[in-house]
Amino acid sequence: MTVPGTLAWLAQHECRLAWRDWRSMLTAGRRRRGRTILATLVVFAVFMHGVAFSMLPRDAGAGEPDKATLVVITGCLVLSLSLMLSQSMESVTRAFYARSDLDLILSSPVLARRVFTVRIAIIALSVAGMATLLAAPFIDVLLLRGGWHWLGAYGVVAAAGAAAAAGAVALTVALFRAIGPQRTRLAAQIVAAVIGAAFVIALQAAAIMSYGTLSRFAILQSDTIMAWAPDPGSLVWWPARAVLGDGAALGIVCAASLVVLALSIMAFAPRFGEHAVAAAGASQAIRRQRRPRGIRPGSPARALRRKEWTLLLRDPWLASQTLMQLLYLLPPALMLWRTFAEGTAGLVLLVPVLVMAAGQLAGGLAWLAISGEDAPDLVATAPVPARHIVRAKIEAVMGAMAVVFAPFVAALALAAPLSAAVAAAGIAAAGAAATTIQLWFRAQAKRSHFRRRQTSSRVATFAEAFSSIAWAGTAALAAAGTWFAVLAALVAVGILGGVRLISPATT
Amino acid sequence: MRLPEPPPALEIVGLHKRFDRPAVNGFDITVRAGEFYALLGPNGAGKTTILRMVAGLLRPDAGAIRIFGVDALADPVAAKQVLAWVSDEPMIYDKLTPFEYLEFVAGLWGIGAAAAQARARDLVGWLGLAEHAHERCESFSKGMRQKVALAGALVHDPRLIILDEPLTGLDAGSARQVKGVLRERVRAGGAVIMTTHILEVAERMADRIGVIAAGRLIAQGTLEELRERAGHGHVSLEDAFLTLVADEAAA
Repeated sequence: MTVPGTLAWLAQHECRLAWRDWRSMLTAGRRRRGRTILATLVVFAVFMHGVAFSMLPRDAGAGEPDKATLVVITGCLVLSLSLMLSQSMESVTRAFYARSDLDLILSSPVLARRVFTVRIAIIALSVAGMATLLAAPFIDVLLLRGGWHWLGAYGVVAAAGAAAAAGAVALTVALFRAIGPQRTRLAAQIVAAVIGAAFVIALQAAAIMSYGTLSRFAILQSDTIMAWAPDPGSLVWWPARAVLGDGAALGIVCAASLVVLALSIMAFAPRFGEHAVAAAGASQAIRRQRRPRGIRPGSPARALRRKEWTLLLRDPWLASQTLMQLLYLLPPALMLWRTFAEGTAGLVLLVPVLVMAAGQLAGGLAWLAISGEDAPDLVATAPVPARHIVRAKIEAVMGAMAVVFAPFVAALALAAPLSAAVAAAGIAAAGAAATTIQLWFRAQAKRSHFRRRQTSSRVATFAEAFSSIAWAGTAALAAAGTWFAVLAALVAVGILGGVRLISPATT
Repeated sequence: MRLPEPPPALEIVGLHKRFDRPAVNGFDITVRAGEFYALLGPNGAGKTTILRMVAGLLRPDAGAIRIFGVDALADPVAAKQVLAWVSDEPMIYDKLTPFEYLEFVAGLWGIGAAAAQARARDLVGWLGLAEHAHERCESFSKGMRQKVALAGALVHDPRLIILDEPLTGLDAGSARQVKGVLRERVRAGGAVIMTTHILEVAERMADRIGVIAAGRLIAQGTLEELRERAGHGHVSLEDAFLTLVADEAAA
């Protein structure tokens, strides 16, 4: 048994909470679903191994790697690191702002430095653990096809997790010091979104500008990069060499990551408590309306729409999520701009991207408006029929969608009016389908539980994703001018029909 | 010629609601306009369930609810027009200011902008919220949030106000302000129904008190009548309440 207040005791406590949190994410808080989770994980693992088998080259043997291999592996590593850094920043921000036990811990005689040492280490562990889970199928297939030397990849993923946690702590604390705790909450989420998307977007942007394609590998395999990249003996390739099983490189990469993490903990953990207290103070900070105004006239529907839009605009979590969606629309927008100058053939590619993004964004907005109602009793006791309330909320979602996507559709209309019409119809269909699914699966929750909306109903989450994919496919085929679009539309409608049958609204 | 009797503010007949066990079991009550009615009962007696059914937040299994003569189950929209509900957990939006919140509530009840503006200004003044009217509610204490919720309940000038533990979390000054506002509503001809565990509040404010146990009304009347019913002389409401509940449990 561990001694209370020690690092080991705190680590045990944090691990228990992290495990229960993870389990709750998988079970949506329900009990007696252990076998279902296990079965789902096994199916997922088998599926991902199948994907890895189909994607990875057959020849993954040993031998001295060439520059092209090192460039591609390094590119994948930077991509993974940027995503881990983004995830770590999100966790660090939550450690500051969203942990309900901070008051208890900071008022206890346990040293805050110890608490945050453990928390930073747990963040590193959980980020590395999640990355390992996702990378495992690919590493396993490489192990099978290329030999034991690929085992080094597991070590590099763990090292990347440690480095990402260290970087995230340093970045968040730097933001704290630069702009203060009140602004850091939103800024950290935006920075995390930008970091998570930046590398992929940069690669895609470069590929579009150079080769007119959205494929990020095109740029990594280009002659320009090959000419620019250092020789295979350079230090730059050590992480890639570590992935390939170079023992010395692996040792150095792992040691360097652990040292960086240890330095980060030593430098920042002692002040973390102060920052957490400052963050708690920031959440109590008074935000006064800049220009107070009188009450505006309005019908119940108008009042509901106005309320939803105001809350959407003031939601920091949603702001970062939407920004992420918009960032991923930048490469298509760039492609649009480039194609506009050189012809319209490539524009067909944009249509499904826009439709897919619309479906995903609509799902999030619809959850916030329909399920994430903080005053359900107030709205329910208003003298307004329930269907009018739902209609006003749907109108609010559709209005927000129109604001986000209208500029893209308008720009597309200038270059290819038919594609724009198809995109507009696809966006409307995907948005309506995602909203309908949210309506069927609505479960009252606090808006602050937005991050957990996926766990409240796995069926709704998958249905939303499949529906968006089906509508994106329909739109792509329609934009390409093939009648197969009708078939795809029928599949999309079929998905919706199937979801209706199993939704709580029916059962 | 005699004018017809005005309908009672609230009339509940034979109300039943069952979850995994009966929560409300044949509840009857009549509250007149201009009356302050306190509903008392031990934890789990069914007070909140009854009030939620009156507010249209729960559908009863059986029974009738009439609000100023309007059948609340047949025409809930008309019934809600004159009703306000305030729960012990203030339901407000953190990211809205009190003024924006009142604007939203006024919009839901279809109140004109000019009337809503005047009511909102009066209410934030009465409840001591004027200084904070344009600050977001996220930084408010529980008491201030409760006052915002109460202002929202009053902005559409309801004739029947239902309050579930409205004084929870309020400091003495705020509680006095709230009690003053409620008394004012009763004097103006409205009706107030309130559940509370603070028996002193019921003792001082209520015209009539109802005692509920196991989903049924076991006694009601003025404070004096309840004392008589409890079989003691000059006991406090607390003593009378505990005696009535204990007698019911023993029966």
